[in-house]
Amino acid sequence: MEFSAFVFYFFATVLILAGLGVITARNPVYAALFLVLAFFSAGGIWLLLSAEFLAIVLVMVYVGAVMVLFLFVVMMLDIDFASLREGFWKYLPVGAVVGALIAIEMGLVLTKGFAGKPMPAAAATITSQTTPIKCETNICELGRVLYTDYVYPFELAALLLLVAMIAAVTLTLRRRSGAYAEKYISPEAQIAARPEDRMMLVKMASEKEAPEEPVAPAGAEGQ
Amino acid sequence: MSFDVSNLSLAAAEVFVALMILAIMLTAAFVRGIARGLAYWLSQLTLIVAVFITSFTIMETGSDFDFAFNNMFVRDKLGDILKLMVYLSMMVALLYGRGYLADRKLDRHEYYLLALLTTLGMMVMITANHLLVLYIGLEMMSLALYALVAFDRDTTRSTEAGMKYFVLGALASGLVLYGMSMIYGATNGALELSAIHEAVTSPEGNKTVLLLGLVFLVAGISFKLGVAPFHMWVPDVYQGSPTAVTLILSSASKLAAFALAMRLLAEALPGLIGHWKTMLLFVIAVSLVLGNLAALIQHNIKRMLAYSGISHMGFMLMGFLSSAEASVGTVGYSNAMFYAIAYALMTLAAFGMIVLLSREGFEAENIEDFKGLNSRNPWFALLMLFVMFSMAGIPFFVGFFAKLSVLTVLLKAGYLWLAVLAVVMSLIGAFYYLRIVKFMYFDEPTDNAPLKASGELQIMLSINGVAIALLGPMSGTLLEWCKSAMKTVGG
Repeated sequence: MEFSAFVFYFFATVLILAGLGVITARNPVYAALFLVLAFFSAGGIWLLLSAEFLAIVLVMVYVGAVMVLFLFVVMMLDIDFASLREGFWKYLPVGAVVGALIAIEMGLVLTKGFAGKPMPAAAATITSQTTPIKCETNICELGRVLYTDYVYPFELAALLLLVAMIAAVTLTLRRRSGAYAEKYISPEAQIAARPEDRMMLVKMASEKEAPEEPVAPAGAEGQ
Repeated sequence: MSFDVSNLSLAAAEVFVALMILAIMLTAAFVRGIARGLAYWLSQLTLIVAVFITSFTIMETGSDFDFAFNNMFVRDKLGDILKLMVYLSMMVALLYGRGYLADRKLDRHEYYLLALLTTLGMMVMITANHLLVLYIGLEMMSLALYALVAFDRDTTRSTEAGMKYFVLGALASGLVLYGMSMIYGATNGALELSAIHEAVTSPEGNKTVLLLGLVFLVAGISFKLGVAPFHMWVPDVYQGSPTAVTLILSSASKLAAFALAMRLLAEALPGLIGHWKTMLLFVIAVSLVLGNLAALIQHNIKRMLAYSGISHMGFMLMGFLSSAEASVGTVGYSNAMFYAIAYALMTLAAFGMIVLLSREGFEAENIEDFKGLNSRNPWFALLMLFVMFSMAGIPFFVGFFAKLSVLTVLLKAGYLWLAVLAVVMSLIGAFYYLRIVKFMYFDEPTDNAPLKASGELQIMLSINGVAIALLGPMSGTLLEWCKSAMKTVGG
């Protein structure tokens, strides 16, 4: 067996086992960790296909960011997973019917849908009209396509993220009011504060004459 | 076609609006006190300049259509006219909504930013020639709208409406995307609309997957248009969102959804017309019956207008249906476009009246609030009468001509029974429109507070109402206009 074939089968086996682990693990933290393993093995397969940039992005984005966030959520929020699993047998018949339907549909599409003579290849799909740049690496090729042929949807996608940002800020940002108002100091005011505003230096004599009257007894205050 | 400056100039309006959004966002962040007024006026300025840019593009380029950005962007007459209509309805909606938002302390500058972003999404959708761009435009429009619906975040009704719209809208977007992916697979990797058209019309190939994709697309389009049986969100969202947002939802977003239907059904998939026409037939019949019957029992005028909108969109789709017959051809599409524009005009005026009657701490959303409007202010009662008569399809308002034009092509296409159903349902529908007229003229007012609306709102509403009355006899010109827009659409 060739070495690359061996590597492929190795990663593929791990991927499938990890995938099974995701859905069978009882502990959600284990399930999330299995998913991390699945991402790693998928990244390995992509590396094998010499899609090195995608492989690294997969590991960085999904493992590094998404899954860590997910683990945080699982650990921090006290979700009662036992109660989520409760209705399993009750919902099983419905789920089985839906699952069977989807399986049949997918089978039909795969065996019949795409079978037979394919349609003529699309005539006028994106054909790069820009001066081709010789690319040897994945990332160069991706960048070339993104910033030339697909620049329009790429820029629009950036605006889409802007929509999400503005919407999130609009719907959640609150200027404090009510009970919190007195505790809240706006950052601008904090930055603009000068030492003189915070501390008052008072000149006073180093010695004081003894008080003539005794201090009021405790308990007299605060009535 | 290479990536050069002449290519960019075709999309000048889109680029300009996008840059203005960024400019307004940054400016408003630094000027605290006057941010809201500034954002409002800059947004209006943006839309006005966009009108000029688009009109200029129409006059400048003699060709029927031009492509840019590797054929992902198309400039054609259909897109130009629809974009102009979207700008106009957004301008009117922002103008109507301003005082309403100020009364409710909602006139933050983010409102105008989101409104412009939703406009940009609509523009992208209208000029899309590529499934990917079409989808991004759809998402940009919808995401901004979800946030706008929930804009009044301290009222339960608004957040509930936002949540409902978001969940169902995300589902619909998923359906559209799923459908697109199947079409992509079935046509052997075509994403460009004309390429899909070619691939679909060729006799070879297996059509099963294509049809499955079509089902999802029709469902998604129906959701965005708000027609039955995908209408569940419409009444709740119309009622729950601030009326200023309902104005946008019911006018500009319907025009954009019309563009979505045009691009997908009429331009990309006319090869499957025999299939989607059957689906539309069902959708139309259900919408007509359900929309009109459910509107009868509403006491909330926003809900009533929502249900009436469902039946209006059913009417509009009849134009698409008729285009399936060779005897009608693209006239069906152009009449549907006329209907969509006329509906946007009417619905803006209708919700504008609600804004006019509302004031700080009071929302004129029950039909009883219109009681005795004639004795309170005869001029606006007359305008509301125009709107209601026009929606009911009474001659000689613009709504009558819109209905007439659609029914004519429907009869020409041979759907006699559907035409009869449509007329019967319009007659039933006339009841709830005329009930409001009766309230205004023959009942005593329950609420005698003077109408306090800004001068600009009153003037614009008057123009809008008079336009409904005057555009009726002039509808021939508008129809010709729509017809010329369909020149580039293959039958």
